[in-house]
Amino acid sequence: MASQSKAGLFDLRLIIALLFGVYGVVLTVTGFAFTTAEEIQKAAGININLWAGLGMLVTSAIFVVWARARPVVVPSEFADDADGVGEPGH
Amino acid sequence: MIELAKSEPLLNASWLDYTLLGVYFALVLGIGFMARRSVSSSLDFLLSGRSLPAWVTGLAFISANLGALELLGMTANGAQHGIPTVHYYWIGAIPAMVFLGLVMMPFYYGSKVRSVPEFLRRRFGPGAHLVNALSFAVAQVLIAGVNLFALALIMNALLGWSIPLSIVIAAVVVLTYTTLGGLSAAIYNEVLQFFVIVAALLPLTIIGLTKVGGWQGLVDKITASPGGAEQLSAWPATSLTGIGDATLSVLGLVFGLGFVLSFGYWTTNFAEVQRAMSAKSMSAAKRTPIIGAYPKVLIPAVIIIPGMIAAVAVPEIAALKQGAGAEGVEYNDSILYLMRDLLPNGFLGVALAGLLASFMAGVAANVSSFNTVFTYDLWQSYVRKDRPDEYYLRVGRLATVGGMVVAIFTALIASDYGNIMDYIQTLFSFFNAPLFATFILAMFWKRMTPAAGWIGLVAGTAAAITVDRLAAGGVLELTGQGPAFIGAGAAFVVDILVSVVVSLVTKPKPEKELVGLVYSLTPKEDRAHSVTGEDAGWYRSPAVLGGGVLVLTVALSMLFI
Repeated sequence: MASQSKAGLFDLRLIIALLFGVYGVVLTVTGFAFTTAEEIQKAAGININLWAGLGMLVTSAIFVVWARARPVVVPSEFADDADGVGEPGH
Repeated sequence: MIELAKSEPLLNASWLDYTLLGVYFALVLGIGFMARRSVSSSLDFLLSGRSLPAWVTGLAFISANLGALELLGMTANGAQHGIPTVHYYWIGAIPAMVFLGLVMMPFYYGSKVRSVPEFLRRRFGPGAHLVNALSFAVAQVLIAGVNLFALALIMNALLGWSIPLSIVIAAVVVLTYTTLGGLSAAIYNEVLQFFVIVAALLPLTIIGLTKVGGWQGLVDKITASPGGAEQLSAWPATSLTGIGDATLSVLGLVFGLGFVLSFGYWTTNFAEVQRAMSAKSMSAAKRTPIIGAYPKVLIPAVIIIPGMIAAVAVPEIAALKQGAGAEGVEYNDSILYLMRDLLPNGFLGVALAGLLASFMAGVAANVSSFNTVFTYDLWQSYVRKDRPDEYYLRVGRLATVGGMVVAIFTALIASDYGNIMDYIQTLFSFFNAPLFATFILAMFWKRMTPAAGWIGLVAGTAAAITVDRLAAGGVLELTGQGPAFIGAGAAFVVDILVSVVVSLVTKPKPEKELVGLVYSLTPKEDRAHSVTGEDAGWYRSPAVLGGGVLVLTVALSMLFI
């Protein structure tokens, strides 16, 4: 029965934000300071470390905002019964 | 697959790349540890306690399928055949995913079964159940082995890690998080993997396109290359199907790939359906495959296009396409060469994490569906009934370990018998087409009898194997995907015919035992989903979402007609 389980174990969105946050910082710094002209040349003239890093920071921020705006509601037994979803035959 | 590189590794990974890879591994294991706290029953462990939101299960639904074979195989098809490869996504997945959500999910989720085989047990009793549970369990372990082996080959070629070491490292990581956190950990990781894979592939595609001079540059170069302009339009895809006549090729695609093969795979493969069964409500379960369909429509852009780019920009693959490939160079390696040629240290680490993520997603999906079928459908049904739930939670954990150990051995054996593993894959695909036929009859024809359940399955599978053997023996002259299409079609038709005939001469189950399992005997309100609370809003309606993705698919198909 669904009502006995602990819903919303932890917020996955924050884990995704954490991963892209770390990746974003590392790549942005690498792109700014440690990517050689030769490497940029290799990637068709794009400083991909920098741009992907910035993109990941934005992604990370979006997930944080989403998680903040719509936090996981841990349903009580009561709430679970109230929505009475998909439990035919009970 | 890539040649066992005894020579130099393909990539020059630095400490920075390894650090980024390490961060990813740490997070993957962390999810396993965190998910463990929520596991207090076998249902929590094997079915996530039916508690997950639709966007999570929806992304896991396609991520579970986005494994090594998909990623390498579809970039390879992109390199070799070009745009027609989109059929594997648009015809070969989307309609079936929408059908699963709208038509079949009410019975899967509404009947509260815990697995696809369990539906067969409730509907038909032990015969069909045992056939399906056993074949599925064996197939998943073997395919997990194939996935592990593919992963090890890549690690060996890219980074120079030894094959047995790569197999064991990957197996231990997947085993750790699936044993600790069960399906929740597997699904949460699949969602994380989805984003990492996209984060790796999207920039790779952009750099690649820039390199070849944008979309127009790619078009010009493909037109000038072997295969020519035909590789830029989706139809009639004669090189893909191996059917020379354009009309027959289109028919083969629509009925063979689009109907029998893809409906068989997406609607009855428990490794997929399990993701939807773990959703927290009927509405979320219906939306799971449909939400998954949206990224599935778009993902060819970052899988097929890199393959096409590799075919014109990577010297080794371009030479292969000219028919002058060097020893050991294969289309399957397209994306690996592209990574080597384009990515600087740093982003290379992200791309490596994406590749590994994709491979581990496949293995985890195999293992986490295997342990559920083993625990509920084999052990609890036939070996030890009526034990307390903690007992089955323990069995579930042990089955995870056992399945993985067998998979490691399969992987080690596969390194000696690559072709045999291909054959096993084909063999188990034979179970899917008849299974779909049986499910359609089972859900919509209350007269279908228990005997027809298992006899139909066996006859259908036998028909598919017969066609395959006839084609292999040269009796039937078919090439390319031809034998698979015809075989699946034969399996479907034979299963339906045999099931109908057997049903007419045997005794059906009493109608009251079929409530919730058969369309005509299930009250409409039991099939409906709630439209309040978190299921409210027109944009959460499964029918609206399903219609939307079909329209999007048709629109995109128009672009490449």
